[in-house]
Amino acid sequence: MVELVARTADLAKPSGVIIMPEYQNIFTQVQVQATPDWGMDNANNMMDERAGNPSFSTAIGWIGNAQLGPIYLGYFGVVSLATGLLWFNIVGFNMLAQVGWDLPEFIRQLFWLALEPPSPEYGLTMPPLNDGGWYIIASFFLLVSVCSWWLRTYLLAEQHGMGKHVAWAFLGAIWLFLVLGLFRPVLMGSWSEAVPYGIFPHLDWTTAFSIRYGNLYYNPFHCLSIVFLYGSVLLFAMHGATILAVTRQGGDRELEQIIDRGTASERAGLFWRWTMGFNATMEGIHRWAWWFAVLTPVTGGIGILLTGTVVDNWFIWAQEHYFAPAYDGSYGYEAYNGGGN
Amino acid sequence: MLPKWFNDWNKKNPTNVFGPGIVIGVVGGAVFVATMLVAWGQPFATTSTQTGPRGTGMSIPEFKSAMAMEDPTLDTFVSSAPIIPKPGDQTAGQAYPDAEPLLADLTKENYDRLVDAMRAWTGIEILFNGEESYQTAVARKMIVMTQNINEEWDGHVNANGQVGVTCATCHRGQPVPSETWFKNTPLLNTNMAGWSAVQNRATSTSNSTSLPSDGLEELLVNYGQISVHDLESRVAGSPADGARTIQDTERTYGLMNYFANSLGVNCNFCHNSRAFYDAEQVTPQWATASLGIAMVLELNNDYIAGVETDLPSERLGPIHQDVPKVACKTCHKGYQQPYQGLNVLADWPELASTGTPVYE
Repeated sequence: MVELVARTADLAKPSGVIIMPEYQNIFTQVQVQATPDWGMDNANNMMDERAGNPSFSTAIGWIGNAQLGPIYLGYFGVVSLATGLLWFNIVGFNMLAQVGWDLPEFIRQLFWLALEPPSPEYGLTMPPLNDGGWYIIASFFLLVSVCSWWLRTYLLAEQHGMGKHVAWAFLGAIWLFLVLGLFRPVLMGSWSEAVPYGIFPHLDWTTAFSIRYGNLYYNPFHCLSIVFLYGSVLLFAMHGATILAVTRQGGDRELEQIIDRGTASERAGLFWRWTMGFNATMEGIHRWAWWFAVLTPVTGGIGILLTGTVVDNWFIWAQEHYFAPAYDGSYGYEAYNGGGN
Repeated sequence: MLPKWFNDWNKKNPTNVFGPGIVIGVVGGAVFVATMLVAWGQPFATTSTQTGPRGTGMSIPEFKSAMAMEDPTLDTFVSSAPIIPKPGDQTAGQAYPDAEPLLADLTKENYDRLVDAMRAWTGIEILFNGEESYQTAVARKMIVMTQNINEEWDGHVNANGQVGVTCATCHRGQPVPSETWFKNTPLLNTNMAGWSAVQNRATSTSNSTSLPSDGLEELLVNYGQISVHDLESRVAGSPADGARTIQDTERTYGLMNYFANSLGVNCNFCHNSRAFYDAEQVTPQWATASLGIAMVLELNNDYIAGVETDLPSERLGPIHQDVPKVACKTCHKGYQQPYQGLNVLADWPELASTGTPVYE
């Protein structure tokens, strides 16, 4: 049995003389700061694997739980951090090398610099280190790092007796990551198709990718991905706002509301039903959110995978499939001569 | 810090000053902004030039303040009316023993007029002063280049009305024209090879983007292919066997950035951005710009490259010791039309063609 570490007096931590209702604030108003909670210790001696001395921070309490740590890394966590750090350092030192090991120049050009994939002529072979070789090595470590982190989300969920929803959702993002850096380059026959590791350069890549393949906005899977992305934003805003709005009726205790629907759920549901004729439930809204979020990278990944492998010019493809209108005759641009100065 | 009586008084008389403070601040600020807007007007008013039919979203937005600004070099342009030769006029060759052979057939008056103007346009006082200098050697080739532009590239230069070019179009009173460019790839200290060695640095030739810096070199000197698109929905081929790549696209995109910055326009000046490649959806300006590309290729290869041996080393590129080259911005200087459409050639039949000048 876990000991309740917070006393009633600790639960409400009013700031200042004027007590504002807790639900009318951008920041979380209730902070628990007491004896650190180490979590459960079970027969597997899991306590031994939790690292770091737990501490409290009022600042992080405003946006989440005030307790920082301990952390459970485990085997895959260590592998993931180590390989991730290797990737980060390979990218960083390559950037530093590109400005002649000049630190001020490195800082000045940081957003411009990148570790680029190999030049196209190397195909799927191993290129020289200074022309994409380091990129291949770094990418290998990043792959190991991301996959280890995925295993960690899966195994941690299992150890907590949770569903694997987080792991499967993360896999949606990994699908897009693998399409961009592995599946599509292999199908295209060249590592040069992968995305550079750099702030501005990866944005250049994105723009050039759309332009090269005749405007990605005419890729129906790109359309779907945008629908789910913007849909996720809308759903998140609606859900967050709804829950905050019924906090004073206990709406933020969502789990209780799922199994024992109270006045918070009733009011929230009625609000949306009377607004638009339909309302989600305390359970259903989370399924909406999960699917919208997961389908964003899943559909996006399909769209990327088809680009250059199945379709090379999306605008023409869209016209051939009556997805974009094809205009007959002259567009009439000759009537507009610019003519400014 | 504050006196004790003040703190004591405050403690005894708690007052919420924040509520009224915020209300007065917000209302007062709004009144102030509204007053300033009414009194001084919208400081960031924009206007736009429509470049395509309604519904296509094709326009070039610009600040009104920027549009109203006159090219500061317009005032510095000097010109003088030609003196129509009469039969029996003395030629420069007859008048001066050391007259420039290239211009020796002009009448003495027009020779003096032209040489004076060229000195003013370029800011080089020693031009054609009878003593051989590298400036004079370069000027001979540049005169022929200018004549060639006016003679052969009418479709680009005079697309919007007769304007022509003179030395001043590039020089604007400076011995070294502004907005010339040097080869800068492979980038300095790059330690890299291939595409990694030519991009991801804020340079003048990348217009401070992280796009490739070799766009001008490859596409406006080396006759590289600018277009990147496939014109069918599916075309077989791999980037490994020469299909157009994302890297090629970034280079073209960099060149297009340069175009836009050189003329103060955006993509929609020439293209319908939904289908950049489609020759049926381009504007008339696209054809003018295409002629410009062909012209710049010719100028850099046939004329500019030829002055490399004349120039002293301090006039050559800092990295590759190459000749300073031209492109759109060397003439346009950020405006859609150089000198904002001023006819600079009207007084200068001597520069209008490689043949005998026609005075009218």
